[in-house]
Amino acid sequence: MPNCKTVVPYRGTPEQEEELLRFVAEHKGQPGGVMPALQKTQQIFGYLPEEALILVAEGMDVPLSELYSVASFYAQFSFNPKGEHQVSVCLGTACYVKGSADVLEAVEKKLGIRTGSITRDGRFSLDATRCIGACGLAPVMTVGGDVYGRLTPDQVGAILDKYM
Amino acid sequence: MAEKTVNLTINGLDVTVPAGTTILEAARSVGIRVPTLCFLKGVNEIGACRICVVEVKGARSLVASCVYPVSEGMVVNTNSERVRHSRQLTLELIMSNHRMDCLTCARNSHCELLSLANELGIDAVRYANDHLLPQIEDSAPHLIRDNSKCVLCRRCVSACHKLQSVGVISPNERGFRTHISSAYDRNLDETDCVSCGQCIVACPTGALTVKDDTAKVWAALNDPTKHVVVAPAPAVRVTEGECHGLPIGTNVEGKLITALHRLGFDKVFDVDTAADLTIMEEGTEFLDRLQNGGVLPMITSCSPGWVRYCEMHQPELIPNLSSCKSPQQMLGSMVKTYYAEKAGIDPKDIVMVSVMPCTAKKYEVQREEQRLPNGCMPVDISITTRELSRMIKRAGLLFDHLPDGQFDPLLGVSTGAGTIFGVTGGVMEAALRTVSVKLAGEGMQVDFREVRGMKGVKEAGYFLPGRTVRVAVASGLANAKALLERVKNGQAHYDFIEIMGCPGGCINGGGQPTQSAEVRSFTDVAGLRAKALYQQDMDMPLRRSHENPEIQAIYRDYLGEPGGHKAHELLHTHYVPMKKYRPDQI
Amino acid sequence: MKTIDQLEQIRAEISAEMAPRFAADRAQGVERHIMVCAGTGCTSSKSLTIIERFKAELEAQGAAEHNRVVRTGCFGLCAMGPVVLVYPEGIFYSHVTPDDVPEIVSEHILKGNLVERLLHREADTGEATHHLEDMEFYKPQMRIALRNCGKIDPENIDEYLAVDGYKALTRILTEKTPAQEIIDAVKASGLRGRGGAGFSTGQKWQFAANADSEDGVKFVCCNADEGDPGAFMDRSILEGDPHSVIEAMIVAGYAIGAHQGYIYVRAEYPIAVHRLEVAIGQAKEYGLLGEDILGSGFSFDLGLRLGAGAFVCGEETALMTSIEGRRGEPRPRPPFPAVKGLFQRPTLLNNVETYANVTWILNHGADAYAAIGTEKSKGTKVFALGGKITNTGLVEVPMGTTLRTIIYDIGGGCPNGKKFKAAQTGGPSGGCIPESLIDTPIDYDSLTAIGSMMGSGGLIVMDEDNCMVDIAKFFLSFCVDESCGKCAPCRIGTKRLYDLLDKITKGEGTLQDLDTIEELCYHLKDSALCALGQTAPNPVLSTLKHFRDEYVAHVVEKRCPAGVCKDLLRYDVDPDKCKGCTLCTRICPAGAISGVLRAPHSIDHTKCVKCGACMETCRFGAISKH
Repeated sequence: MPNCKTVVPYRGTPEQEEELLRFVAEHKGQPGGVMPALQKTQQIFGYLPEEALILVAEGMDVPLSELYSVASFYAQFSFNPKGEHQVSVCLGTACYVKGSADVLEAVEKKLGIRTGSITRDGRFSLDATRCIGACGLAPVMTVGGDVYGRLTPDQVGAILDKYM
Repeated sequence: MAEKTVNLTINGLDVTVPAGTTILEAARSVGIRVPTLCFLKGVNEIGACRICVVEVKGARSLVASCVYPVSEGMVVNTNSERVRHSRQLTLELIMSNHRMDCLTCARNSHCELLSLANELGIDAVRYANDHLLPQIEDSAPHLIRDNSKCVLCRRCVSACHKLQSVGVISPNERGFRTHISSAYDRNLDETDCVSCGQCIVACPTGALTVKDDTAKVWAALNDPTKHVVVAPAPAVRVTEGECHGLPIGTNVEGKLITALHRLGFDKVFDVDTAADLTIMEEGTEFLDRLQNGGVLPMITSCSPGWVRYCEMHQPELIPNLSSCKSPQQMLGSMVKTYYAEKAGIDPKDIVMVSVMPCTAKKYEVQREEQRLPNGCMPVDISITTRELSRMIKRAGLLFDHLPDGQFDPLLGVSTGAGTIFGVTGGVMEAALRTVSVKLAGEGMQVDFREVRGMKGVKEAGYFLPGRTVRVAVASGLANAKALLERVKNGQAHYDFIEIMGCPGGCINGGGQPTQSAEVRSFTDVAGLRAKALYQQDMDMPLRRSHENPEIQAIYRDYLGEPGGHKAHELLHTHYVPMKKYRPDQI
Repeated sequence: MKTIDQLEQIRAEISAEMAPRFAADRAQGVERHIMVCAGTGCTSSKSLTIIERFKAELEAQGAAEHNRVVRTGCFGLCAMGPVVLVYPEGIFYSHVTPDDVPEIVSEHILKGNLVERLLHREADTGEATHHLEDMEFYKPQMRIALRNCGKIDPENIDEYLAVDGYKALTRILTEKTPAQEIIDAVKASGLRGRGGAGFSTGQKWQFAANADSEDGVKFVCCNADEGDPGAFMDRSILEGDPHSVIEAMIVAGYAIGAHQGYIYVRAEYPIAVHRLEVAIGQAKEYGLLGEDILGSGFSFDLGLRLGAGAFVCGEETALMTSIEGRRGEPRPRPPFPAVKGLFQRPTLLNNVETYANVTWILNHGADAYAAIGTEKSKGTKVFALGGKITNTGLVEVPMGTTLRTIIYDIGGGCPNGKKFKAAQTGGPSGGCIPESLIDTPIDYDSLTAIGSMMGSGGLIVMDEDNCMVDIAKFFLSFCVDESCGKCAPCRIGTKRLYDLLDKITKGEGTLQDLDTIEELCYHLKDSALCALGQTAPNPVLSTLKHFRDEYVAHVVEKRCPAGVCKDLLRYDVDPDKCKGCTLCTRICPAGAISGVLRAPHSIDHTKCVKCGACMETCRFGAISKH
């Protein structure tokens, strides 16, 4: 959702494009087919490259601007690829009252990037998320599929080191 | 069936209105005005700005009167302290996120936000907004966007999507970061924008303004080496008056000519004359296609917004487009060849200025395919009705006091057919007037009323010797799209189609005087302007293009036959299919 | 496709197999069922590995034949996860790790000896509790919506059938129960929408049933876009008992005359999405979804739509707009969704918990349901307990239970001996409830009366270490992010409110700002387009009302009493305790600490960036913040 143009060159393969076009052809004209198409695009490419969204726009006969408008509305969609390791710190209420903002700050310091961005080498991207539903473990951070709960800011460094 | 009605009270007054009426309209029916900002009837009805809120008895919160339907026994108050206070606070919030450089803003004399601030009595904005910086996007040939003045009413978005089916701008992101822009926030010149300018006339503030080319005109006028020629479009003469306080639908042709002369133009010609020329060429082309098995339906090409839309969105219809240049371009072409020759002026020394109701004309004058064999572009500068009014005011001309003037000879005489080019159906009617005579001889009707009126799509069939000519007229690209879909999938068959990019035609073009949303919502602006054009047509001694003596002279002395070799060289063009989303890849 | 007789047969067989879980005599039975929670909370602490280890270990120790491992939904006591429950004894093990598995198998499963060290211990007494029903956490609870969570395998439709699943649907379809009868039952139960506003569910069904659709098309939708950051009851129901929601939606379709349903579920809930997909597939396979259900002539199909991360999509019109594939922006009402909803057709929308209650009502009768709760709020409510509370997790209690019961009896109070300060209900739309109101019996109306709201049931506890201005700012920042941006008051108003609160937490606020804040809050409530904007001020208004002193302290004394707001903190060295070791001078990133070896140091407040590093580093406790 961040307001920035895609900064990396498009690296979609013909196979990926074909997969997307197949999906689009199946869903064209279906009521409410836009969201599933966007989700499919993100699933295939990892983000929403402009080139891929043009395929969706042409295939579904929906203005590109409308697709972008819809996609940029939702937090789930990204216009830039994510890092190899996606780090997310939960800023849901339960985590927040238990100090997850400090955890997030510690991660920012450790990775040297702001929330919503990616390290220069493309290894880590950092996001703040809303409640992943693991409130019992608050405060929670996820790295890829790994969940780390009951965190304190000083544990962050050691955890991230494992992925460095 | 009797219409179902609903009884309610508004500010203590008993009101009876048809079921389904909104509170806003019910209030107007008894003389109560509710201020609005985002509301534009039929175009943008989303209840978003919350300026039009009113109190409905029993409702938990205030409701947006522009979208709230009346119901039986409803008790409404549009003017309680609660309502007035709420409107003030909302407007204060809106203003807190609007860069207020009112003194230097192009819209300062007719800004809807400024009017509201006066009306609602906003004397201070408590939230500092001096950090707002201009966010200028001026890549397109016809407009400048400054999102720091955008109030997110979305009228431009609705105009682009609903009226025009182009859809190049949308609200992007959400919440406080919401902004109107194109996909991936690309510049407008990298999108499929057709430059119609309907977004500009829908904008209540200075967020969208026409790209002002008057400085170039002043410079040309100041340059003694230049011979500066100007010509106004048909629709400009019935709208320029609005910029000078005259009622909508006033024909100011005479004053307009005088104003142009007094501004210092060397010659003031008439695009109406070129419209007659267009009919000669287009009529000939149509008859040729009709009789010799050419591609039908033939579709008009006068509207550059429509032409660009066709090239990008419906490239398969390019063979159907008439190869005729638009009247603006035909006039420029004749000025830089025929007139230059007659007057003995090097065409390179001529600066051709057109005054247009249209912002897409600014794009059209840059099209390379239009270049003349002598190396000149037909038109150098295209300014809009609004830009001309600024020049008139800057020159200190009291428009209302100006005497009537006359167009200069050679390209200054026109017929009623040329006049009605400015309104939807006009090009078709003008063509029919000449084509019918060519096919059936004198004695044919002059009026073809079936193609007149503000309906988005009009159809008619005319029985002419040999065959019935089936015609259709669409204005506004959304209507055009719907019509062309039916043509493409075989549901409708026509011989000749007129398409104008703007709803109602040039009288409602993107370069025309801006009227507030309130006026547009409750007055038939386009209808009044159209009426003035048809009145002029009625009053003209000549009403068929081929009767125009100057046109006859042009063919006799210069061009030869309509559709002949020289005419083709100077007055016709070609089109290029473009990729919608990759304008850089042709 | 199954016939009704086949369904009955499955029901009988499987409930016999499940007998150990419901045995009256705990000692009976040779076969054990090892229930392992596979909800999101426990899954993230490796409960899926635990399940695999159990299977492998039973195999290895030769006990696989007579014992089975069951993957279940959430037990509720997430704080103690991963949770393992062993039937028929009903022994509750908490904080189980994969490495504990061999011991549980060898000791408990094979020899019948409890693994004492893994037994749950009460927070206050420290005593081990063996059985789930003896635990303080569960005693005051009454589980209706969560009735099957932790009891059945959510990915096995047969287990749902065995606990009377699809019984109500089968009965209605075979008896051809008049639709009005069903609607009347829902009305008589007194059930109100569990998604937030608490509108009568029966009324909603009635409106949708009465609405005319030009082409006869109507829709049934389920709101599973649980957006309140701190609520996870809907997710738990979908993860633990997805069929109860599906069954209720089919019945709703029958009652209002709809043949298509959509479940709008958060994409961030991958486990819930997976279980729904499995459940829908199984229901279709059994002929409980699709054309001509059980040969009754009634058809109903169900589709999943993934929400893409927008809190506002919990608002009904926004949710439908989102399913239609557009920006999830609310639109003005009327027309109401019951008249013109999804794709302009009459639409019934309820949330997950509401549907989960419906199936119980249909099986147990409206009267039984109406007997629970308060006069105007019937039945039970699930709360997600979180924040500064010992037993974080999901609890379900009868309406009218007091906050005190929930927080102290069930939740075990604030951990680490900290003092309770406030409870926040209703998420970003709700308010903070101070200790003085902790004996309020909780129902829809009483919560609204004290400036909060039920919302979806998030209940966050805050202790003395939480700053209420900071909390209000937190919720506002959430609303600024999540506002759809369509209406001006919400789009700009939430931002201005946030800016003002930010100013106050930085010590730059004025008393005038407090008045502006209040004015702006009431303005938003009155003028915003949808409930998000109208309720966004609630956290501010309720804290301003109950904790005004704290605001004033920030504004007038430039002090944050809870010591949270960084800009107002001041770190000082206690010269009596400082040994002059110079460690802090070296750790300070701003070079704000000066002092010579073995003499008390001092902090230059103009340079201090309030990072707290010095305090953490000091080995003598000589640095304090205030």
